[in-house]
Amino acid sequence: MGLDPDVLDGAPVPVPVAAPAPAPSAGSRAALLVLADGRFPAGGHAHSGGAEAAVKAGRIHDARTLEEFCRGRLHTTGLTAAALAAAAAAGVDPLALDDAADARTPAPALRAAARRLGRQLLRAARATWPSPELDALAAARPRGAHQPVVLGLAARAAGLGPPDAALAAGHETVSGSTTAAVRLLGLDPFDATAVLARLAPELDHVAARAAEAARRALGEGADALPAASAPLLDLMAEQHAAWAVRLFAS
Amino acid sequence: MTAGAVRAARPGAGLRATARIVAAVDGRGGTALPVLDGAGPFALRRLRPYGPGARVALVGAMSAPLGGDRLALTAEAGDGTALTFTTTAATLALPGRTGEPATYDTRIRVGDGAVLRWLPEPLISARGSDLRATTRVELAPTARLVLREEQILGRAGEEPGRLRSRLTVLRAGRVLFDQELAYGPGVPGWDGGAVLGGLRAVGQLLVVDPAFEARPAASRVLGEGAALMPLAGPAAVVGAVARDGLELRGALDRGWREFARECRDGGIWEQE
Repeated sequence: MGLDPDVLDGAPVPVPVAAPAPAPSAGSRAALLVLADGRFPAGGHAHSGGAEAAVKAGRIHDARTLEEFCRGRLHTTGLTAAALAAAAAAGVDPLALDDAADARTPAPALRAAARRLGRQLLRAARATWPSPELDALAAARPRGAHQPVVLGLAARAAGLGPPDAALAAGHETVSGSTTAAVRLLGLDPFDATAVLARLAPELDHVAARAAEAARRALGEGADALPAASAPLLDLMAEQHAAWAVRLFAS
Repeated sequence: MTAGAVRAARPGAGLRATARIVAAVDGRGGTALPVLDGAGPFALRRLRPYGPGARVALVGAMSAPLGGDRLALTAEAGDGTALTFTTTAATLALPGRTGEPATYDTRIRVGDGAVLRWLPEPLISARGSDLRATTRVELAPTARLVLREEQILGRAGEEPGRLRSRLTVLRAGRVLFDQELAYGPGVPGWDGGAVLGGLRAVGQLLVVDPAFEARPAASRVLGEGAALMPLAGPAAVVGAVARDGLELRGALDRGWREFARECRDGGIWEQE
């Protein structure tokens, strides 16, 4: 695909309103890098994934405790989010997945954060990979759908498959906490990145499980998806939401 | 279905046991127990009721679940009934002779206008044990539920076994709450700062009541390790983590009082 000189000039590209809905493009693998990039403008940087509360409680204080925190997060809410994203990418009804996400998120602070992040991601994704499915989700959930569901649908719009959507969702559950820990603890960024690298094989495994569950959910519905939970993340999110002053939104 | 328990002929294989409770209205404003069927580790006892509701206690009649055991418990609270379920002692998951995990599956249905209070004593995961527990609750649209779940990881001073559980609650056919928990050897990250962070007791008190539809519970933090959290639906849960079972029960009892203060509805909140 050649570069469009109009885009390089910064001029607005007119979009023909009556044009037929674009079919999901035949997946460019590099779209995964765009979607999973921390600089993708979807507001994720404002959230610590529970790390701010865990640092305050003394549960994260160095690279080792950060790693155990991230490992627990990856195999619980990370797996659940990855499966929701994979299922959305596979074509499971996103509204049913949004309900499934609600049932898997008992902490109201985390439901609110997931919907806020979902709304921001949906806005960015619709501009990046226009798709009638993203438009329909925005119309059905004007206050935002759960972020992993939006992520999966965005991956689908970008032509990515369920395993890629699962990888992106799983990566995000640990990368956000790691970045936050660097800022909160003044942790060496090299050490923090090494944590992510050590978790990479486990992320592969979690994403594969999530994609397999998504395949089952196509036939059996959203109940077939994992519902792995982490008690401390739920409870600490509620405490964090009650703080008067905090650096991160969640 | 007939209840029964069978120690398989094959040496080393686990026990298969089922038990069943059925509550139905007795036609005089009360609740009868037409089926109270259990064998092996399940001995069910009818307790003297406090009011019009029925009370059932599960009495531990033998050591179970051991590794390899397959236990199944079903309870049906028919339309308009009030049923309270308790156990006389904690359930202790122990290792079996084979390395096979044990399973313990509970299936609960609550009819319209019925109230079920499901208040078992804790589940203790002993060192070397491996248990997969599932609980699935199906509620009719106007059913009410109080469900307490407590998991203690290891006996005093002991490393825990492996415990995996899933609690799913459906209301009018739609999933309201779905939670999987996994702890112990071989479970990645379970003792880190995201999941249990060195604590050894975890539990919850889940309340479903159509009254929350008009007046949802407000979320609030209940001390260091507990919070009352309204769900996305007419329900709320008090989640708690603690160092041990005593501390955990204290936190859940505080949660119970929070609920009771909010909904002054005697029937469901009468403390056991």
